[in-house]
Amino acid sequence: MAQQGHMQAGSTAVLDEPVLGPGQNYETITESVAQIPLSSRTPLGWVFGFLIGLGGLMMLQMAIGWLLLRGVGIWGNNVPVGWAFDIINFVWWIGIGHAGTLISAILLLFKQQWRMSISRFAEAMTIFAVACAALFPLLHTGRPWLAAYWLFPYPNTMGLWPQFRSPLIWDVFAVSTYATVSVVFWIVGLIPDLATMRDRAVSKVKKHVFGVLALGWRGSARHWHRYEVATLILAGLSTPLVLSVHTVVSFDFAVSVLPGWHATIFPPYFVAGAIYSGFAMVLTLAIPIRAAYGLEHLITMKHIDNMAKVMLATALIVGYGYVMEAFFAWYSAAPYERYMMFNRMTGPYGWTYWLLIFVNIGLVQLLWLRSVRYNTKLLFVLSLIFNVGMWLERFVIIVTSLHRDFLPSSWDMYYPTRWDFMMFFGTIGLFLTLFFLFIRFVPMIAMFEVRTLLPEAKVHVDHGPTGGH
Amino acid sequence: MHVHEEKTGLYGLMAEFDQAQPLVDAAVAVMGAGYSKVEAYSPFPIEELNDIIHRKRTILPKLVLGAGLTGMASGFALQYGTSVLAYPLNVGGRPLATWTAWVVPSYELTILFAALTAAVGMIALNGLPQPYHPVFNVERFDRASSDKFFLVVEAADPRFQKDETTRLLEGLGAKGVYDVAE
Repeated sequence: MAQQGHMQAGSTAVLDEPVLGPGQNYETITESVAQIPLSSRTPLGWVFGFLIGLGGLMMLQMAIGWLLLRGVGIWGNNVPVGWAFDIINFVWWIGIGHAGTLISAILLLFKQQWRMSISRFAEAMTIFAVACAALFPLLHTGRPWLAAYWLFPYPNTMGLWPQFRSPLIWDVFAVSTYATVSVVFWIVGLIPDLATMRDRAVSKVKKHVFGVLALGWRGSARHWHRYEVATLILAGLSTPLVLSVHTVVSFDFAVSVLPGWHATIFPPYFVAGAIYSGFAMVLTLAIPIRAAYGLEHLITMKHIDNMAKVMLATALIVGYGYVMEAFFAWYSAAPYERYMMFNRMTGPYGWTYWLLIFVNIGLVQLLWLRSVRYNTKLLFVLSLIFNVGMWLERFVIIVTSLHRDFLPSSWDMYYPTRWDFMMFFGTIGLFLTLFFLFIRFVPMIAMFEVRTLLPEAKVHVDHGPTGGH
Repeated sequence: MHVHEEKTGLYGLMAEFDQAQPLVDAAVAVMGAGYSKVEAYSPFPIEELNDIIHRKRTILPKLVLGAGLTGMASGFALQYGTSVLAYPLNVGGRPLATWTAWVVPSYELTILFAALTAAVGMIALNGLPQPYHPVFNVERFDRASSDKFFLVVEAADPRFQKDETTRLLEGLGAKGVYDVAE
């Protein structure tokens, strides 16, 4: 039995490429991750990237300031396109976040070991992406501080309560739960590594800060037992949660009666699109980070390759969604559905549709080639393009469905204003700022998990003659 | 003032190991020798250690189940209370108690309650945050979160005899055996 297990482990090692570079031990893994936040030297590249992010954040503050002063009229959306950048960007950011939860939760349940070294920063990406996403619907209410009474159920002096039959309220519950659970899962995942940072910190300030944050973690057998149980439960809870979040986001559209939105394929097609764009973002972040911080032995080509494969698989599902949307429009024989599709393909926004088809159905096929998946520079550029493609998908779904609905007399065009663009690029700035702060001050790879990948971490229990019960 | 006995300031003995396997073997041997107040420390989870030393699984899953059910019940109660009792709204003559539409918020609250309980419960059951613990008095213990493995036998253990326990731990291949000050 033991021998068989041993042979199996040996044969998978031959078949699979390693998820860890050669010549690693506990100390090298710990040191290469822990020295990044502990070092007093800030790399110049970090300063450069952080300043770009900070510049974007300043722009966002300006855009929000002016928005609150003047109202949502500064945006380009108006009847009939009442929803535009504010919901496009919301869905785009939420979707990006989904890859982080997929990596940290779903792949944990499937015991995918390659998850371990990318889960921490993918989860950080999730949290920051959700933060960016939440800004859009909140600010679209115009006066967010007055919107609380119809978003959240609390006893107010007006005696009003939210309308629980509306998918928009479902969305409030789904996204706020998702944000909370993601933050909790991420913090729980950090505790043992914060203890490592506490024990390795030299400066008194860092020792104290990490010491407080580590909560006195000792890594005892009892600690670890409860910790592993809690992690497994959190993964088990996050898995249905993440699938529900984008399903509920798609209900915002699918539950309406608008041609182009009212489609049963939306929930799975939205979830696949979310994971596709999320992995594109993980690759966009992972490729430069592993090169800049010399982490190629922890984030190996195996990781990059696997992520590219997940992207390809989910892109094929999304492509199927596009084909089915067109098929249903034709097969429904409903003139409004057919016109919506015809207008989407040949109308004034037709170029956005064909560009998205070119990217998400055409260009993504390059990932079938091993040489493309192993070319990090090309993959980096492709990931950026895929995210543009997924942004276009949301633009097409939202704007082309709204701008020509049932009554030709109410048809109109939508043009974003500079404030729309400032908000959008501003949230990218917010995201970059948060992410750069994260990689500077937090261990970005789950050290304790990666240690378990080492062969010497595997133990067997040999009960002696006294303990053989 | 009395002269302090050597044992009063002693929390226990700590043995250091280089690898996970010797720690597991040592834990088996120490438990086999009849000790009961034992704890192992490792830089990553070794599930076998809990089975060897504590032989007890945590109640956390039950707490999480309870919290999840509470979350679900509060979701439905909240929506019934607001949509039927506090603020009934006639929309095209449809029934007020539309439980199918309430599934989503109740589902989200189930997960929210359960996840918060899993996280807070784990931290609370582990007795954290705990700023002080005697094991931190040993200088070498700062490696416990990086690359070294430790086994501690408490002085409060009925079988604890300083010399004998030290010999036992040394005999198990410990790289060092240290006194843990209270």
